[in-house]
Formats: sequence, C-alpha cells, structure tokens
Amino acid sequence: MSLTARVGLVFAAALCVVIVLMTFERPPVNATQVGFRGTAMEQVVNPRTQAVRLAANRIPEALEAADTEGEKANEIYENVQVLGELSVAQFGRIMQAMTEWIAPEQGCAYCHNVENLASDEVYTKVVSRRMLQMTRHINADWTPHVGTTGVTCYTCHRGRPVPAAVWAATIQPLNGLQAPNGQNHPAPVANDSSLPAEPFTPFLLQDNEIRVISTTSHPRSNTANIMSAEWTYALMMHMSEGLGVNCTYCHNSRSFANWSTSPPARLTAWHGIRMVRDINNAYVVPLTPLWAANPRGPAEGPHMARVGPAGDALKVNCATCHQGANRPFYGAPMLQDYPELGLVSQGPLRAASAAPQ
Amino acid sequence: MPEYQNLFTRVQVRGPVPYPGTPMGGGTMLAGHTPREGTSRFVTLFGMIGDAQVGPVYLGTLGVLSIVFGFIAFEIIGLNMLASVNWDVVQFIRQLFWLALEPPSAEYGLRIPPLREGGWWIVAGFCLTVSILLWWARTYRRARALGMGTHVAWAFAAAIWLYLVLGFIRPVLMGSWSEAVPFGIFPHLDWTAAFSIRYGNLFYNPFHALSIVFLYGSTLLFAMHGATILALGRYGGEREIELVLDRGTAAERGALFWRWCMGFNASFESIHRWAWWFAVLCPLTGGIGILLTGTVVDNWYLWAVDRHFAPAYPQIWEPVIDPALAATPAPMQGAPR
Repeated sequence: MSLTARVGLVFAAALCVVIVLMTFERPPVNATQVGFRGTAMEQVVNPRTQAVRLAANRIPEALEAADTEGEKANEIYENVQVLGELSVAQFGRIMQAMTEWIAPEQGCAYCHNVENLASDEVYTKVVSRRMLQMTRHINADWTPHVGTTGVTCYTCHRGRPVPAAVWAATIQPLNGLQAPNGQNHPAPVANDSSLPAEPFTPFLLQDNEIRVISTTSHPRSNTANIMSAEWTYALMMHMSEGLGVNCTYCHNSRSFANWSTSPPARLTAWHGIRMVRDINNAYVVPLTPLWAANPRGPAEGPHMARVGPAGDALKVNCATCHQGANRPFYGAPMLQDYPELGLVSQGPLRAASAAPQ
Repeated sequence: MPEYQNLFTRVQVRGPVPYPGTPMGGGTMLAGHTPREGTSRFVTLFGMIGDAQVGPVYLGTLGVLSIVFGFIAFEIIGLNMLASVNWDVVQFIRQLFWLALEPPSAEYGLRIPPLREGGWWIVAGFCLTVSILLWWARTYRRARALGMGTHVAWAFAAAIWLYLVLGFIRPVLMGSWSEAVPFGIFPHLDWTAAFSIRYGNLFYNPFHALSIVFLYGSTLLFAMHGATILALGRYGGEREIELVLDRGTAAERGALFWRWCMGFNASFESIHRWAWWFAVLCPLTGGIGILLTGTVVDNWYLWAVDRHFAPAYPQIWEPVIDPALAATPAPMQGAPR
C-alpha cells in the first residue's frame, strides 16, 4: 500500500472515530418499558446523565420549624404587606430561608436597605413580594399541575438570584435577502435541532393553538400546516429536554394527539402549560418596568442580565422549575416544611412601585 | 501473478491509449450529437474504484443548460443561507447543516410572495426543477444515442416523481407553497418529522409502508446480487455476458447456490429486473403516499383505526380525558386547547 493510501486510511479512520465520539452517547442507555409490550412505550435513561440530574435536584435541609404562636409580623414590623399573618418567628424563618434560596452570597442586602429593612427602595424587595404571591397562587390554584407537592422559591431559584433556566424573546438577524422566520439555526431549547428557536412567545406567553393534528381521518377544518407543526414540535422538544423524558412520557407512541391512550402525565403537562402562561402573564411580565429600570440587577450586584436582548423580562418555561427532572427534585416534598408560604396574603400591594403596570 | 479486483487493487486495467468511445454519428447540435468535451486521461485514484479512464465527457445543449440552471439554484440557496447569518462566513460554515431556504408561509397560498419571504424559494425551486428535468432528458437522449434501452432515464423519472410530488404537485393540490419542503440539511429532516406529526403518524400510511418495503428490499437485493457476483469473481463471474452464453460457469454456480439455499433462483437477467423494479417502486409508492397525505387523508392513525388495521392495545393506565373537553374548565387562563 502506498504512503498516500496509508495516510488517507489513517485520516479516514480518525474522522470516523471523531464522528462516532461526537455524535453518539456513550452507553449504557437503559430503556424501561412503561406501556404495553411492543408499542415502543419506554423511557430511555443513561445512568451517568441521571446521576448528574439526581445530584442537581436535591432539596436543602429544612430550617428548624418556627413557633406559630405569638405576635404577628404586621403587628411588630412596618410595611409588611404579604407576610403579615406570619408569627414573628415564622417571619424570621422565611426571611432566612429566602436568603439561602435566592441570594446566599448577597444576604439580606440583596433585597433590603440594611439601614431600614422596611424600606421598598431596593426594587428586588418589590419583586419578591409579587413572587411570594405567585408561589402562593401556584400552590393554591394550580394543584392540577403541582399537586400537593407544591413549589417554593427554591424550586426555581436554587441559590441563584435569577433562576438558571429562563427565556426571553430573541432578536432575529435582519437583512434584505431573507426575512427572519424564527428557525433554521441551531436551537438549544429544541435539542440543537433547526426547529424554531424560541417557541415560548407563541405558546407560553400568548395562547396560540398548540394542537396541530387533525381529529378526523379525512381533511375537514384543520388549518394547521407543517410549519405550525414545527413550532409545536419545538415546544415539545423543550418540554422533553426540560423534564429529562422521552415523548412517550406523556404521549402514546402511535398517536401523539389521542388523549384516551395517553399516559396520565400528559394531563399534568397540559395544566403545566397553562400554569406557565398564567405565571408569565400575571406575575412576570407586569414586573418588567422594575427590571427594565435595573437591567443588570441591583446596584450592589450581582450584576447579571435581568432583561432579554429585546428588553423584555426573563420569563418562565418548563425547565425553570423542572431543571431536567420529570418532577422538580424528583417529587421531594419541600413545601410541607414551609407552612409560612401558605400564609402569604393575596391582597393588592400598597407600594406604588409594586402595582402591576 | 497479481490478482485483479475491482476495488483495493494495485492492478489497473488500462489500454495503451484512452478509448475515445463509439463514434458520435452525424447531426446537428440540437439533435444531440455535439462532439465530446475534453481530453481523456488515466487517473490512478479512479482506477482504484473503477475504470481508470476519465473523460471525454458529453456535455451537449441539455447538459450545459442543466448545469447552468442547477448552478443558479445552488447559488440562490447558498446565498440565502449566507444572508440568514448576516453574511458571516464563519457562521455560515458552522451553522451550514442548520441553515435553510424556507418556502413561503401559508398566508401566500399559491401566489408569488416577495423574494425575501419565500420568493427566492420559488425561484430556486423552479431553476432546480428545470435543471433536473433537463438532466433527465439528457439521460434519455444519451441512452438512445448509444442504442441502449432507456431504463436509467425511467428509474431517474421515478425519483423525479417523488421530488415533484413533494415540492410541486402536492403543494398545488393543497393550495399552498408552505406545504413544500425547505432546502436545507437538517431543516428538511425536521420538515419530514413535522409532516408525519401533523398528519397523524405516517407509520399508518400504507404507501409509506410499501415504500419502506421497496427501500429495504432494494438493499437486500443489492446485497444478495453484489455478494453473488463477488463470490463468483474467482471464476470471472463479473463478466456476465460471456457467462450467459456458456453453461457450467460462474453464473451457473451462482444460480445453483441460491437454488440450493432457498429453492429458487433469479436468472442473471431477472435479478436486474427485480432490483430495478424495487428501486423504482420505492419513490413511486412513496410519492403516492405523500400525495394522499393532507389531500385525501388528514390523520393516518385515525384512518387506520377507521379501517381496523390499527390494533387496539390493552390500556395500562386509566384512560385520560381531553381536558379541553372537560365540563368544568381548568382554573384560569387560556382558551380550551
């Protein structure tokens, strides 16, 4: 064999090795049957990936329970608008917990003027009031999705002032030759496919039709086309990635549309989509002026983006809570240790800056 | 003495001078008898995988026009992809597999949209189609010029049928260019998956099933035939014509092998008909399946349920009821969907 041929063969072999290593997932990949045999209803899990996810989805040790007796917080402290029904001990406990959950490095000063804790001058305090009401609203009104497990601040924040998985509108390239169409670039939220890169505005902010599959065998009134199917597909890929599950966690392998043969998890997810839409519209977006006024966070830091490139708020999607787990913290019931979150007042907030615009 | 093999060999079959081919005959340019282009020479690399002689090539009017139109389409697609990354060449290379030239959106129907909103897709599609059809005519006329049958042209036509169904016939029947396939590596694959999802799982489309039968059947036949001929190489089995005339040779051994193995053997002529029909029927049936999707059948799963060939499986969990149909609406938010 000539030298050229040998070099060529070595190069080809090296290329094959690179392609294999870069493209494929290293085994083992374990498949668990979840439906009737022979219907490809299975969940695929790589134990190495799963170990990472399990480690990332642990709840912190609960603080020692607080005395519920005694004077209430609004009788002792000034300007307590949403946590007034808590006992003073409970009030102190939830403040401590929130510090650890959201701003462990910055401490109280992340939200408070430490000279005057009652002051609303730091905008993050105004935001956190609304977030407390949001948490209460989720746990009280969205039980079809969160069940009795519920959520706490930590479900999303996990020790970070801004949750790790959030989304904002993207700015699309503009030029004369091609009008932007929201797709055909690597889309991280859709598993690096070329599907639409930001399927959240239409489905998790607006309530555009997600369903594209006909309910009749012959053409009748379904106007959805293949392009709309791609938008739905991108959202579903986000859900799959965000929850660390396959399509068949919620859908029947034979018919994605059919409800009666779907696993029950699909019902939970259906409510989840509406819950996220509700959270974004009722809680996150109305706070945009506060973030727009502080696009890099409070003066003391930490300085990280509070708005997206288009100036809109960083919003919620499935991954914000789930973070790769089919149930946040794999169902560990964190909320039950924090009865304080069940006492949050849903009444209108007083401070002018807190009024949703 | 070195052994001659078609691949991986140091022995190359070369005449003393390159063979110019059969005479072109008389005639005019439009009749397709222009002289062949270029000089011919021997290339070792090509000799390793086939015939060492490269050229001369017949271009002709059809060939030149086909290449011109194909180049225009290629350029339009490439420049649109480059534009979609704001003319950044590095990003063009990095994102190449993701980039696309997308057909117009549904609101334009079958009208011609502005160039930047799908118009370029129509122009590129037109040029590519012209190029392909001219190339088809070229394969037909070159075969005729050599006095061959036109089997290659008709096999190519089967592939063109599928291409036209996807990009032209079906979109016209559906009344919208948006139903067509984007030009792009990953985007056309995503389109394929989305197509199956939108129309309720193409798995239940019987023509899709037939197409897969012929696709896999083609690979099986190709493997069987290729293996048989290679296995007979030591008896000169690749020289099929001589073997048809003489019995008791390599061809006979190949035939006996299959007769002993499975009781039946194709003949040396019929195996090529088998392979040709399997290959041709793959895009033919596939094209029919695509053509019926959305025009006649909107949800293949429900269609298969209607016709009792999608089996019902035991339900492992409680049946889930569509929450959008629930009597009491879900708390808060959103239209029932």
